[in-house]
Amino acid sequence: MIRFDGVFKAYPKGVLALKEVTFHLAKGEFVFLTGHSGAGKSTVLRLVYAEELPTSGEVRVSGFSTARLMRREVPRLRRRIGIVFQDFRLLEDRTAEENVAFALEVTGARRSIIAPKATRVLAQVGLAAKSQAYPRELSGGEQQRVAIARALVNDPPVLLADEPTGNLDERASRGVFQLLRDINANGTAVVMATHDLDIVRQTNYRVIELQDGAVVFDSAVDEPERGRAVR
Amino acid sequence: MRLVMREALLSFRRSPALSALSVTTIAFALFVFGLFALTALNLRNALTQVEERVEIVMYLMRGTPVEAATMAIGDIESFPEVSTVTFVTEDQALDRARRELVELQGVFDDLSANPLPASLEIRLAPGYRDVTHVRAVAERLRGFRFAEDIRFGDDWVTKLDRLRNVAGAVGFVIGGAFAVAAVIIIGTTIRMSVMHRSREIEIMRLVGATDGFIRRPFLVDGAIKGSLGGTIAIGLCYAAFVLLANNVLQGSFFSTQQATLLVLAGMALGLAASSLSVGRHLRKI
Repeated sequence: MIRFDGVFKAYPKGVLALKEVTFHLAKGEFVFLTGHSGAGKSTVLRLVYAEELPTSGEVRVSGFSTARLMRREVPRLRRRIGIVFQDFRLLEDRTAEENVAFALEVTGARRSIIAPKATRVLAQVGLAAKSQAYPRELSGGEQQRVAIARALVNDPPVLLADEPTGNLDERASRGVFQLLRDINANGTAVVMATHDLDIVRQTNYRVIELQDGAVVFDSAVDEPERGRAVR
Repeated sequence: MRLVMREALLSFRRSPALSALSVTTIAFALFVFGLFALTALNLRNALTQVEERVEIVMYLMRGTPVEAATMAIGDIESFPEVSTVTFVTEDQALDRARRELVELQGVFDDLSANPLPASLEIRLAPGYRDVTHVRAVAERLRGFRFAEDIRFGDDWVTKLDRLRNVAGAVGFVIGGAFAVAAVIIIGTTIRMSVMHRSREIEIMRLVGATDGFIRRPFLVDGAIKGSLGGTIAIGLCYAAFVLLANNVLQGSFFSTQQATLLVLAGMALGLAASSLSVGRHLRKI
């Protein structure tokens, strides 16, 4: 599903964001990416959705390889990945349903399937009643659910979540995390970057810890008994 | 296409103030350029009218047979520089002098014989009314053995030439400056509206929109704003023209084709500015 092989990422002025990062994420797996701010979690995610390319090494995602990736292939890669951010990144002037439908429209989906599918996914994240609400009319947790619905609407095999609970209170965080677990239980692989160790400790999911751009702990390697997800 | 149009029109609905500001800015940039173009156009028309009076007169020796003059007319008309040749007989020359020089009426009445020679009046085709061509044609006319004298107002043609050159150079420099200013203003305006929607572009890319998909609504948006700006600019130019034509001077307004060209220029500029701004944005993200 996702494979990092000896990935280095250097930025101009010589800042080394990732150092020889190697890991493999299987289909349907749930993995936490942990580490302090600046450890490289977001960089790993950006490499997965090809916002950036590795300086050396190779990233493979769902049949695409950064070694051969053409610019025009990036949109096709992203349609196979759902992405959720800490700041939700919703379009403020569109309703919840329009935000979700938007992700289908860009793929050229038929009009007849867009609205029913957007409605169904919103129901799946528990927001059927608020499909016509604008983001400003929703709580943080609800906005994040809309973002998750948008990420799911194209049925991606993998969902990336970059600090999805970072802007939420404890109750909303629990709800969003439970939603991600449910999504994973339905077969979608989930990569969740977080520095919230309470959430990490709640489950037995695999944990990859980054420090100064290097993988310092991978439970699949260092604690094999923890490696498999508990669904 | 429906989606592209919807997205483009939505941008007007979502940020009406910014859209109105963009259209107004484009309209005024094109209005200033249009005013200059209108002035240049009327100046050119005036110059053309003056140019049409450029004429070479070949006076014929007394006793030149009409057949010889007629043959010469055929020869001269075949010169590429020549537009028309008119044969003025001695009697016609005297009639004309009587009509035009009324104050010398007494002198003409006292004449026992007609002192005026027959002549050929040669008008030049557009594009050949400059001093070089006039002199070249005059030189060739001197080759006719019955040519008594050739007149073309060397001084006047030279001054006209200088005026035309100055008008052309000033028009090129000032017109160019106005055009560049309009391009910069329109480019900046469109860029501002693209930047206003940078978050939307970023989100579109994250959910897997192709560059073409992202670009198209912006191109339509730019083209609509440019066309609207161009149309308003034509309206403003017309208002200014009516005001000036009624109070100050007589002139002519743009033809339908020229007006359409200004609107199309606005559209093309809006389109190009959008394409460049979005392209730069897509590369940046």
